[in-house]
Amino acid sequence: MTSAISIQQVHKRFASLQALKGISMEVPQGSFFGLLGPNGAGKSTLISIMAGLARADAGAIRVMGHDVVSAWRQSRHALGVVPQELVYDPFFSVREVLRLQSGYFGRGRENDAWIEELLETLSLSDKADANLQDLSGGMKRRVLIAQALVHRPEVVVLDEPTAGVDVELRQSLWRFARRLHREGHTILLTTHYLEEAESLCDEIAILNHGELVTRDSKQNLLARYPWRTLHISVDRSTFQLPEALVSLLTSADDNCLTFRLHREQDTIGEVLAALQSAGLTVVDLSTEEVGLEEVFLRLTGQSGEGA
Amino acid sequence: MNAGFNARGFYTLFAKEVRRFLKVTVQTVLTPMVTALLYLLVFGQALEAHVEVYAGVSYSAFLVPGLMMMSIIQNTFANSSSSIIQSKMTGNLVFVLLAPISSLEFFAAFVLAAVVRGLLVALAVYAVAILFVDLPLAHPWAIAVFAVIGSATLGALGVIAGIWADKYDQLAGFQNFFILPLSFLSGVFYSIHALPGVWQQISHFNPFFYLIDGFRWGFFGQGDASVALSLSVSLGFLFLLTGLGLYLLLKGYKIRR
Ligand SMILES: Nc1ncnc2c1ncn2[C@@H]1O[C@H](COP(=O)(O)OP(=O)(O)OP(=O)(O)O)[C@@H](O)[C@H]1O
Ligand SMILES: [Mg+2]
Repeated sequence: MTSAISIQQVHKRFASLQALKGISMEVPQGSFFGLLGPNGAGKSTLISIMAGLARADAGAIRVMGHDVVSAWRQSRHALGVVPQELVYDPFFSVREVLRLQSGYFGRGRENDAWIEELLETLSLSDKADANLQDLSGGMKRRVLIAQALVHRPEVVVLDEPTAGVDVELRQSLWRFARRLHREGHTILLTTHYLEEAESLCDEIAILNHGELVTRDSKQNLLARYPWRTLHISVDRSTFQLPEALVSLLTSADDNCLTFRLHREQDTIGEVLAALQSAGLTVVDLSTEEVGLEEVFLRLTGQSGEGA
Repeated sequence: MNAGFNARGFYTLFAKEVRRFLKVTVQTVLTPMVTALLYLLVFGQALEAHVEVYAGVSYSAFLVPGLMMMSIIQNTFANSSSSIIQSKMTGNLVFVLLAPISSLEFFAAFVLAAVVRGLLVALAVYAVAILFVDLPLAHPWAIAVFAVIGSATLGALGVIAGIWADKYDQLAGFQNFFILPLSFLSGVFYSIHALPGVWQQISHFNPFFYLIDGFRWGFFGQGDASVALSLSVSLGFLFLLTGLGLYLLLKGYKIRR
């Protein structure tokens, strides 16, 4: 099956800055794909090239098999992009803006029913006749999403859709993205909220300084760092730590101990038993599953400790 | 593979550009009309008794076609250039750039919207002017042809300037140091035959002169240059700017990085 997005050896330079240094990867059809990376990694630049907003210095991108340069009409029909910036046309109302976008894609009044459905789904119906200028940021964000979907693209790209969005809207955007994915759309999402990527995406790519650091399924990625963190408070601050626990301890602060446990080899039970046999009483306990965040920090070299 | 014409895409963009200026008609049609009327009343009154450019044509009548074309020149340029720079600066040009709209469709939409604005402004000026002066219509076809060519030419120049400019003041500079002087020095207020020799020669290198002269010929049946020359130069200038505009768009100059 052709990839939803196929990226081959894409290079892009801005003056002296090499923004993309030969990126190659495939985004499979039907995937919920997370494109992650710190600020300035090159995510938006890569998206701009797939959308035809920017041109690669070398390399090629195909969307649903259509080259974005030589078959740009088809590739743009296949792609719906929600830009990172909250851009809007202050001259028009929400419904007008959607009809315009629909027209740019060659669709006429027959598409009106779909526009109304989008307004409904994105809770914009009662703002349909309001001028874009008079909408809140969250509403403008939803209009951007509707604009990206107005031509029913197979591949939907969401560039940080939840940046600066409140909890309720964020959750409703997640539900909406999941629904699009269920309905068969390929979704490419960039986000700085790693728990968001972890819960939504099944495939992940991490960019850093214009390079592809990793490209794997979420499962594999998480399995690469099978650690979790255990915080324990004991009833006194001077004690002798049992021998067996020394190698697991990552920090000790007064009566608070932090351990790093291997998901398969160490159990919380063993730690508790060892503490008990040393005569210590556990007063409090919490665990942290090491998630994508830790994987991300290690791969992008932003973590304090080495991998 | 990208052949064909996205007719609906083109038409949507064109209609949007027309609606954009119709939403602010006071600024885009009424103001230029009042400006032209003021010129007519002030200059017409002041010079009526002293100047007769063509035999049997009052100075006020002589002035009207020039003012109409000057309004066309300034307003069509402003229409496409300000729309494009505004979209660039607010970032909403991205919606057009994301769509399957070709350079030709993009260019044609902006230029034709400017033509509509140009014709509307010219008609508005004409409508008030004939309340004050008697104006013959010797060759209506020439009036229409030069109005359309002038509008399209300056609409095209506006597209180019809008793509090129990064800031409003660059656009204002273009307008104040290029469009305005060239339109004032093109024979709006006088026949170039009234100029000293060297200035007369220089005027022949001003493309706006041919637009105004051909347009005026449409009204009075007489002009400073032959209508064939005016038509050729005006069409040549239009083709030149169309070529340049399409080239910049195809290259993605400044708008597709
Ligand atoms: N038009 C441009 N001109 C010059 N440099 C640019 C341009 N666009 C992007 N860059 C640079 O390219 C690099 C990659 O930027 P990009 O916007 O792709 O990053 P990103 O991964 O999307 O970051 P963020 O998470 O902050 O959105 C950055 O260093 C940025 O400054
Ligand atoms: Mg970005």
